[in-house]
Amino acid sequence: MGGDAAGPIPTEQHDFSLWEKRVDALMVIASSRGHFTVDGLRRVLEDMSPESFETMTYYERWIASVNQNLIESGVYTTAELAERMSEIAARGTTYGEASRE
Amino acid sequence: MPHDHHDHLSPSGHPYRPDDDHPLTYWQQMEIAIREILIEKGVTTAAEINAQIDTMDARSPANGATVIARAWTDPAFHAALLDDASAASASMGFDIGPLKLIAVENTQDVHNVIVCTLCSCYPRNLLGLPPDWYKSRAYRSRTVKEPRKVLAEFGVTLPDHVTVRVHDSTADMRYIVVPARPDGTDNWSADRLAKLVTRDSMIGTGLPKDPGTIAQPLPSG
Repeated sequence: MGGDAAGPIPTEQHDFSLWEKRVDALMVIASSRGHFTVDGLRRVLEDMSPESFETMTYYERWIASVNQNLIESGVYTTAELAERMSEIAARGTTYGEASRE
Repeated sequence: MPHDHHDHLSPSGHPYRPDDDHPLTYWQQMEIAIREILIEKGVTTAAEINAQIDTMDARSPANGATVIARAWTDPAFHAALLDDASAASASMGFDIGPLKLIAVENTQDVHNVIVCTLCSCYPRNLLGLPPDWYKSRAYRSRTVKEPRKVLAEFGVTLPDHVTVRVHDSTADMRYIVVPARPDGTDNWSADRLAKLVTRDSMIGTGLPKDPGTIAQPLPSG
């Protein structure tokens, strides 16, 4: 990435949405509990294809990396995740509907 | 929309990314799933996640500005900051945790700029979350290749004799730029000086504000 040709620096700024802030919070909390390190977060990001950096947003890459690290450290299994994600998909079609607390 | 937590959405008026308006995405499903599983397994709690978001929201470049202004006015702190910026900023209540923070100082001959070519590593304890442009592909790829052109886009044009040093941050090593103290501020208090220190001046893509733009304090007594 560093050194590649690219256009002007974009100047738009967006407010972080709640789901993005939650991804950030989950990273900070899970790493503070010793489930992975910032190096672990970065390692998975570095392993991603250049395409991922073009097609996924910033926090999409982060949640993918957080997930990979948590599975590797044995906090939950891929099966547990898959089951929960399909349950969530059935709750509704927007983030608000699918979040329950 | 029973759970959209408007209290956590920033009121600054920037447009929301389409994520908020679009149908639930795969990655949002994943975030919800991970959050729920971590809560159920006792790794964290909903309250702790909310508190972490509040902490994040409370951090801003004003933190960094107080650190820089103190370095400009307190020689012992200036030396401590350049020696070990993690410890010096923690002593002011801005703890960076286990990460290493390095302060790089601008002088008449050297201008420092920070970037994270991979992603977005940033001195969040002092500046809050990075701006979008800092995370952009354009900034990350071009700053290490043509820093003077990038700086010019930010309105910073440096004389040819000034050396530009680009610092590429890593996961556990972050940088903060100590801008040069503007001329004409000799008797200024740290509080007043802090008003000159912008976010971009601590990234290196900007310079401190012109002292003439800061109003004189009212005479006391």
